[in-house]
Amino acid sequence: MHSARRFTNWRLTIALLSLILLVVLLLSVSIGPAKIEVQSIFRIILSQLPMSPVTPGHGASTSAEVIILLLRLPRALQAALIGASLAVSGVVIQSLFKNPMADPYVVGISSGAALGASTAILLGLGGLLSIPVLAFTGATAAAFIVYNIARTESGVVAETLLLSGIAVAYFLASITSFLLYTAGEALHQIIFWLMGGLWASSWPKIAVITPVFILSFVVLQLFARDLNALLLGEEPAQHLGINVDVLKKIILVSASLLAGVSVAFAGTIGFVGLIIPHVTRLLVGPDHRVLLPASALIGAIFLLTSDIMARTLLAPAEIPVGVITAFFGAPFFIYLLKTRRRNL
Amino acid sequence: MKIAAENLDVYYGEKQILHCMSMAPKEGSLIGVIGPNGSGKTTLLKTLSNTLKPRAGVVYLNGSKMSDLKSREIAKNLAVVSQDTSVGFDFTVYELVLMGRTPHIGRFEKEGWADRDIANAAMRLTNTVDLKDRLITTLSGGERQKVVIAKALSQEPNVLLLDEPTANLDIKNQIEVMTLIKNAVKSRAITAVMAIHDINLAARYCDEMMLLHRGEIYAIGSPKSVLTAENIKAVFGVESIVTDGPADGSIYVVPMATLEKKS
Repeated sequence: MHSARRFTNWRLTIALLSLILLVVLLLSVSIGPAKIEVQSIFRIILSQLPMSPVTPGHGASTSAEVIILLLRLPRALQAALIGASLAVSGVVIQSLFKNPMADPYVVGISSGAALGASTAILLGLGGLLSIPVLAFTGATAAAFIVYNIARTESGVVAETLLLSGIAVAYFLASITSFLLYTAGEALHQIIFWLMGGLWASSWPKIAVITPVFILSFVVLQLFARDLNALLLGEEPAQHLGINVDVLKKIILVSASLLAGVSVAFAGTIGFVGLIIPHVTRLLVGPDHRVLLPASALIGAIFLLTSDIMARTLLAPAEIPVGVITAFFGAPFFIYLLKTRRRNL
Repeated sequence: MKIAAENLDVYYGEKQILHCMSMAPKEGSLIGVIGPNGSGKTTLLKTLSNTLKPRAGVVYLNGSKMSDLKSREIAKNLAVVSQDTSVGFDFTVYELVLMGRTPHIGRFEKEGWADRDIANAAMRLTNTVDLKDRLITTLSGGERQKVVIAKALSQEPNVLLLDEPTANLDIKNQIEVMTLIKNAVKSRAITAVMAIHDINLAARYCDEMMLLHRGEIYAIGSPKSVLTAENIKAVFGVESIVTDGPADGSIYVVPMATLEKKS
């Protein structure tokens, strides 16, 4: 009973999760107020592939094409990408702090990103990149501040980490609130955005998120073995020949990039970065070589599903997806606090 | 000489912990470092493992200056068993032992059969084969210590540094752990430096002993030559009787009373 019960076949696990993601993606694209047949959805999407012999077909109207290609498909893809980004960010933050309670929220990264993004909106900085760049800057700054407060000579103490993360998050949130107070006309826009949602998904945003995700993911995957060693502690990792200082910077920067770009384009969506790494670890174990891709896939599946619920539960009204993830996430967090206290 | 130190001055902040310390342990021997709390045992190990940088003096690993070596180069030759062996995440024993191969595997490589063989051999040497599929978090203190030693051995080091490997272990595990360390040192010709509190355990298993006093080497040599009533009195401030030990040629120290502090 003490031995590990996990899915030990990594390839099968990843293949299975990819298949589920594909199904949920298709589900997300086919659900909505306008009834569009699955067949025409396939035709519309396939017709967009380069050199595709498929045409949208006479059955599909132009409006269906617009709904699929400009509304549902980008939204589904963006939900998947952001879910994956938040989950991967959560995995490596937990490994860095050697603490399963850490996530981009707890360590202040999300608050830093929110402050950066709010600033960009308030300053009326146009352009696709100004919000993510400021969000990333805020996220990185918050991460480095919290990390340096929490670390001592013997490593990062969990309580100090949580407390300093909360303190920094509140401090940054107070500045964001002040900005909101003085926001005037932009207020509605910012609040709506802060609650977290995917309604503003678009192809240009996907074009920003995709390279950020791929770059961060590939780099982290190359350092997967180093991340494993880091779970033993900084000194033991050093004794295995790992340059811990470089590794920590890689983790903080890529986690901030992933969380920053997510917050910039979808607002603050809570708990994905906390729950998904946990659930994935229960399924595949703590080895980052499988944990990273599996978390990315499960994160994508989770946020896509949450977004489907956000769109359908009160249809035609839409619930911010952050509300859904927090609704499931907060009880889970409490459950973790109760059961995993020994790790604190 | 696999590891050697020359005139080490080591500071924590402005406080000097080690004073001009030199050592050159014989290859394939087990060196026990003893001394009161705060005498510099852990600091010495941390300096030898490159965790602390000496302000003056040099550590040599396989004849090269430690400060010239990359951490990966160091890890291929030197392994450390530290005092805190807690692992918070649920790795299996086998996964953990295999992690010892980390410095030998390139970034774009996977561990191969050779690495698995080495990890298996390390588990056989430490009697941890039966624990292979158990989660680290479910092991007892003694089992965990043996697994951590197996991980260090799968690094295939020439030099092994151990900080209090028997602390918090019951007597059965103390003896098991010391025996397997001794066996590993002898069968693989490893040079091992071990900080240890239990003088008698050290005397029984170590080839040589180093007695530290306020950051300096007070005595060095065979257990018999180091563990004299005079030395123990001078360094620990304890009156003691040194008698013949249970094993051949070994000795046994019985602490009797503390000395009154000179005012």
